[in-house]
Amino acid sequence: MIKASKLAYEYIRRDEEGNVEGVVRALDGVDLDIKKGDFVAILGHNGSGKSTVAKEINAILEPTEGVLFVNGFDTSKEEDVWNIRQSAGMVFQNPDNQLVASVVEEDVAFGPENLGVPTNDIISRVAYALERVGMTAYRTSSPNHLSGGQKQRVAIAGILAMKPKCIVLDEPTAMLDPNGRKEVIATIHELNREEGITILLITHYMDEVVDCDKVIVMDNGKVVMQGTPREIFSRPEEIKQHKLDLPQVTELACELRKDGIKMPDGVLSVDEFVEAFVSKYGKK
Amino acid sequence: MLRDITLGQYYPADSVIHRLDPRVKLTATLLFIVSMFLFHTFVGYAIAGICLAAVIVVSKVPFRFMMKGLKTIWFLLIFTMVFNIFLTGGTVIFEWKFIKITEEGLSNAAFMGFRLFFLIIGSSLMTLTTTPNQLTSGMETGLRWMKKIHVPVHEIAMMMSIALRFIPILMEETDRIMKAQQARGADFEEGKLKDRIKALVPVFVPLFVSAFRRANELAMAMEARCYRGDDGRTSMKPLKYKRRDGISYLLLAAYIALIIVTDKVVLALL
Repeated sequence: MIKASKLAYEYIRRDEEGNVEGVVRALDGVDLDIKKGDFVAILGHNGSGKSTVAKEINAILEPTEGVLFVNGFDTSKEEDVWNIRQSAGMVFQNPDNQLVASVVEEDVAFGPENLGVPTNDIISRVAYALERVGMTAYRTSSPNHLSGGQKQRVAIAGILAMKPKCIVLDEPTAMLDPNGRKEVIATIHELNREEGITILLITHYMDEVVDCDKVIVMDNGKVVMQGTPREIFSRPEEIKQHKLDLPQVTELACELRKDGIKMPDGVLSVDEFVEAFVSKYGKK
Repeated sequence: MLRDITLGQYYPADSVIHRLDPRVKLTATLLFIVSMFLFHTFVGYAIAGICLAAVIVVSKVPFRFMMKGLKTIWFLLIFTMVFNIFLTGGTVIFEWKFIKITEEGLSNAAFMGFRLFFLIIGSSLMTLTTTPNQLTSGMETGLRWMKKIHVPVHEIAMMMSIALRFIPILMEETDRIMKAQQARGADFEEGKLKDRIKALVPVFVPLFVSAFRRANELAMAMEARCYRGDDGRTSMKPLKYKRRDGISYLLLAAYIALIIVTDKVVLALL
């Protein structure tokens, strides 16, 4: 679905006369291989290059070096740009700055309208997309009356109506309250499970990563760790080295182990924790 | 709450006028305004008045709502009438020192007053029965022919609808910035006009910065959703003329014809 090799991107800072002042290498030799139907999370602290990856996948930025294929299209080819954007939709961080229309259903229709989909088709696509994210009841409302989580779900519906193969979400929950975060994460998990849409979730909330198929940790423009959440979180020292935290339960298990209590590596959920703890210390 | 503000003055109701194609309403308003200048006798005013009253009744918009639109031009209305009364020459019917009131002056004032009154009521009837969104799409479709003479109709319409979406957001933001500045001791309410304007600078600078940032992000989001201008774009709700729109056009033509003919006839009889 998404395949990158030796991908690099440089932001070039210029002074007023247009002379090169400095070069920031935001991505440096990134290799990615994301399969169809995967739910992949990219983790990294600020400035690790994770948002740049998202923009590369959507062909908003062109690779400085290396190649990136999305759904078989080369992102450096001008003529494939619209195909790429249609197959890999993108949801941004700020829910307000990505909704275009002042009525929910018209906003969802924006994408298909741009693709030149016939009117009747648009109507059914909009109905389907709103149904999918559970926003049908707000069809005719103004986005200004919705909560952050609802706006973000409308944004997802707007992408869904374009029938993408893959959705890239660039910190979609960073500006939401805990309830909104839960709504959005549940929605994308559902889309992944039931519609088979490939999800690439960029985040710095560890709790959102736990249920993913695969986690990619980025630091300094490079991919530094890759694996299932359990593999990744079994290496707490390494995680902390990249200025990231562990999920709370994992952290607790980790601390307990240091104090001599026998907890397994990479505990990911409260249930797992309880089970592991009870099996060791439960019967006394 | 700021986010509840309605732009324009749309009055939601379920009437034929509300359901009409916005293009019909735009044309009708334009023609109604033109028709104001097509007649010269009171008969014309009577016809225009009766037709307008009929449309108002059909539109189900309460009359006092209509009068709200008049508030802003009340002064202009009185001013025009007073000028017409005192400054028109002709047969004098009342004279006191330097003040002269003439027959022509009175009739001119009355006609002018009615004309302005009709103009305002007529155009606010359109904005009361049409949402800003409908108006925008009506203009886009109705003025599409202007693309031939290189008027960027689609772009203008897109800008208008984005402005409609972002005005409440930016107003909320202004409010937030003002509160933040007030919390740090800024004073917007006291002092001379000059000082008060100066105090607004620290509000507008961050507001502009944030507006540009929003614009940048929105542009990126629109591109990511495959927006590439007007070419090859379809619409979820394309404007389509229905039977009632055709009938309205016919009625409109009949109205204009009636105005012109009666004016000719009455003038010939007098």
